[in-house]
Amino acid sequence: MNLLHFFLQNHDQVLELTLEHLWLVGISTLLAVLIGIPLGIMVAHWPVWNKPVLGTANIIQTIPSLALFGFLLPVPWLGDRADRLAILALTLYALLPVIRNSYTGIRGVDPAVLEAGRGMGLSDRQLLWQVELPLALSVILSGVRVAVVVSVGLATIAAAIGAGGLGEFIFRGLAMVNNQLILAGAIPAAVLALSADFCLGWLERRLRPR
Amino acid sequence: MIDQQRPNIAMERQSCDPTAIEFRDVAYSLPNGQPLLAGLNLQVERGETLILLGRSGSGKTTTLKLINRLLTPSGGEVRVNGAPTAGSDAIRLRRSIGYVIQEVGLFPHFTVERNIGLIPRIEGWPPERICARVAELLHLVGLEPALASRYPHQLSGGQRQRVGVARALAADPTILLMDEPFGALDALTRDQLQREFLALQQRLNKTVVFVTHDLREALRLGSRIALLEAGRLVTVLPPRDFLRSDDPLAAAYVQAFGGGLDSVADRGAL
Repeated sequence: MNLLHFFLQNHDQVLELTLEHLWLVGISTLLAVLIGIPLGIMVAHWPVWNKPVLGTANIIQTIPSLALFGFLLPVPWLGDRADRLAILALTLYALLPVIRNSYTGIRGVDPAVLEAGRGMGLSDRQLLWQVELPLALSVILSGVRVAVVVSVGLATIAAAIGAGGLGEFIFRGLAMVNNQLILAGAIPAAVLALSADFCLGWLERRLRPR
Repeated sequence: MIDQQRPNIAMERQSCDPTAIEFRDVAYSLPNGQPLLAGLNLQVERGETLILLGRSGSGKTTTLKLINRLLTPSGGEVRVNGAPTAGSDAIRLRRSIGYVIQEVGLFPHFTVERNIGLIPRIEGWPPERICARVAELLHLVGLEPALASRYPHQLSGGQRQRVGVARALAADPTILLMDEPFGALDALTRDQLQREFLALQQRLNKTVVFVTHDLREALRLGSRIALLEAGRLVTVLPPRDFLRSDDPLAAAYVQAFGGGLDSVADRGAL
């Protein structure tokens, strides 16, 4: 009940940190989508690029998040502002699921459909926009969904470098050995992750081709 | 001399040239150098149904794909309507040729209507004209107008293949390429579609190149049968002559399919 009390008393701060958190996740996901989907399409069409691109994304994924934030800290323009740095790190982590699912989605399109399309006289561009992307959309979206859910969790760590977000409560709580403060950050973050998962999951099912 | 040359040049360009498709010493090899087709010389006449008959790997699908440039010959020349395909725009060429494959390849996220109307739409036809064309084609291939708003997964195999044919005919091509279009259908549906194909072909008079490994189908639908084996053209014969051919491979085919073929060869009599 004390926790409820805390939320009621500090609702503007909770709201502010939640919005900050959403901003970090939103911008980084957007960037990951803008970079990752074209990369995924590229490796699906030119398999030569498959190993280097997916390999790099895989390696990035294995770097511990706290270490990645630390590595990026001395980089000139980036290190100036913590949120820039956090967004870059979150984008890098979100890339792998987006690239991999774009690749899988495009590769999963029935070859007979592609052959028929090509034989009918669709250009590569028309084939991509009219056939491949619509058919791969739900698979791509499920990659974005994974990326978002992971980012919501990871973004809490961004507070360690002063980028804000709900991690502020968590780190403050840890320092003060105050469980309520930790929960004040963890619970909204969990709610964010679950609702993003639910919404994107719903969208994914709607877009799934029959 | 000049007088003799002129009519020749004119003949090539004219649409009344009786040759719709011509293979001139065509060869095709895979990128790794493995030859799939060699020394192919073949002419397909306007309005005929030429069957490419052969077993798997004989090069019949390769031959078909060389016509609409899904494959590019590694030697020789393919000519469509008098012009070498190598010099033409592949996209334009393909849009002027209907293409039907065994797996149909309907776009699963498009309704029947959009599947059939895709090329007209890309070609910028006005919507009313596309609508009218779709209705006309559905009628032509014997499908209910109500099916227009269905998705491919809601159709039976036979219906899907009919939509595939309608889609290939959408932009009114003069040439139709069909790669085992009835191969995946049950015997009864196949029989019915073959019958309808003959009726349709009598009305539309398209130039059809039809791939099959089924001699019965070849005899029934073809005006001529081109027999391929291991990437080489063995012989080209009309159905009746095919049955009496003394070519060992043709004879082996006839024997393998057993009796009752004479009546099949009597176009559409079955």
